[in-house]
Amino acid sequence: MRLREIAHARTGDKGDTSQICVFARDPAHFPLLERRLTTERVAAHLSGLRPRRIDRYVLAELGAVNFVLHGALSGGVTRSLALDAHGKTLGAQLLDMEMGDA
Amino acid sequence: MSETQSEMGMTGIRIGAGAGFAGDRIEPAVELIEKGELDYLCFECLAERTIALAQLARQHDPGAGYDPRLEKRMRAVLGPAMAKGVRIISNMGAANPLAAMQAALGVARDMGLTGIRMAAVLGDDVLSVISGQDHTLIDRTGTLAQLAPISANAYLGAFPIARALAQGAQVIFTGRVCDPALFLGPMIHAFGWGEQDWTLLARGTAVGHLLECAGQLTGGYFADPGFKDVPGLARLGFPLAEVSPDGHAVLTKVAGSGGRLSLASAREQAMYEILDPARYLQADVVADFTTLRLTEIGPDRIAVSGARGLPRPETLKVSVGYRDGFIGEGQITYAGPGAVARGQLALDIVRERIAMLGLPVEEVRYDLIGVNSAHVGAYHGDPAEVRARVAARAQDAATAAEIGAEVEALYLNGPSGGGGVTTSLREVVAVASILIGRDVVQPSIVHEVS
Repeated sequence: MRLREIAHARTGDKGDTSQICVFARDPAHFPLLERRLTTERVAAHLSGLRPRRIDRYVLAELGAVNFVLHGALSGGVTRSLALDAHGKTLGAQLLDMEMGDA
Repeated sequence: MSETQSEMGMTGIRIGAGAGFAGDRIEPAVELIEKGELDYLCFECLAERTIALAQLARQHDPGAGYDPRLEKRMRAVLGPAMAKGVRIISNMGAANPLAAMQAALGVARDMGLTGIRMAAVLGDDVLSVISGQDHTLIDRTGTLAQLAPISANAYLGAFPIARALAQGAQVIFTGRVCDPALFLGPMIHAFGWGEQDWTLLARGTAVGHLLECAGQLTGGYFADPGFKDVPGLARLGFPLAEVSPDGHAVLTKVAGSGGRLSLASAREQAMYEILDPARYLQADVVADFTTLRLTEIGPDRIAVSGARGLPRPETLKVSVGYRDGFIGEGQITYAGPGAVARGQLALDIVRERIAMLGLPVEEVRYDLIGVNSAHVGAYHGDPAEVRARVAARAQDAATAAEIGAEVEALYLNGPSGGGGVTTSLREVVAVASILIGRDVVQPSIVHEVS
């Protein structure tokens, strides 16, 4: 099962930091997100990104797991050479993660 | 209309979001004025780097430096807003709020709209304050002394906006303020919240944060066909909030507008660009969103409550703009069998040329659009076409321009079947952030009537 089948995501940026929040579509799937959506698995899935550090915050009330990827945006939108300098496409890429069986 | 009586007999206010970025559509703001029974309409139009670019424009022309789309927006909304008694607040002042106000006064007078009380909030420009000082950059490694700043703007809070409203302003232009403060200002004014009402300020900040990106709350930046369908995106309706004096609110949009305000879209926006959700740092408060509650109470109606507040930081964030050389870029397309291999060969040739010519570039990036330009994970599959892209940063424009020239030369000197070359060259105005003591920032307000 892909993450996209049970979750949705929105991506934002602050300077050189990318922020991706992943939300359970159904509250029943939130424990699975909490368990399997680890910092290590996110780093491995977005392997080309190589952030300096990843912080992870769990938001039970919103059924969400928030990832903050420091140093992930090649210096930030104002000086990055990347085509998607904001990293806006990263959340959708994360949703392709294999989650195993429910 | 004037402030409305709620069923409880207490006075609530209705605040709309008229724009979520400088390039936003104009009609949704007019629709909100006409049908939203608003008291206030706020336009967030100032991205992180925009104010540095605006400062450069002001250096060339002292009457410039505000949002270049200001006149067009004001021409569309001033008449209906004044007819309906809707007060307007915007950061379209950018690097020159005073000139923004003058421009809007000009539009009003052109249209025969006399007697409109306008105000400009000044004081965010702290370039002269920080010059000669050194500060550690907060969003990456380095210090202020390593940069040559062309602009420095502190993120002001909502109280100067509330003060301008109390002084009777109907249209207010600011420079850099915290985005949610555009919305928090009217709440402070209408409800008499104090500077240490941390819970109320946090609740108001949550509402402002949900509104600040306009259509991103009501179904924009959300649709994913088959998974998250959104109707009517071509006529997306912008959101409004019905705010109670206790800071609780109902988010909605006007009947008949496109888009969809759902629990899912509201949740996504609630966490948009939030780093530590327990500490959302604002000039007026530190908001804790970990207890934020969003509840769907009807079609396109979401109740928001539960944010908690902690005392405001002792420092203000300052965005520092500085020149950072030039970026040159070139792209060329390959299609059909072997497109990826030919695109890769094109990149390898340019890489060898840059080394051979000894071009003094600081950083170069090689992409195959269609394979790995945005995609950062493992890739499987063979696209029908790719676009080879080389981008580089250099301190001088001539060096950066050579990147496009080298890609263009691939037409006759590169792999077979390359087409559609484009090249570009732009100056880099980058932004870094520092913190300064809030006591050195002294906002002031200037009024004028059309």
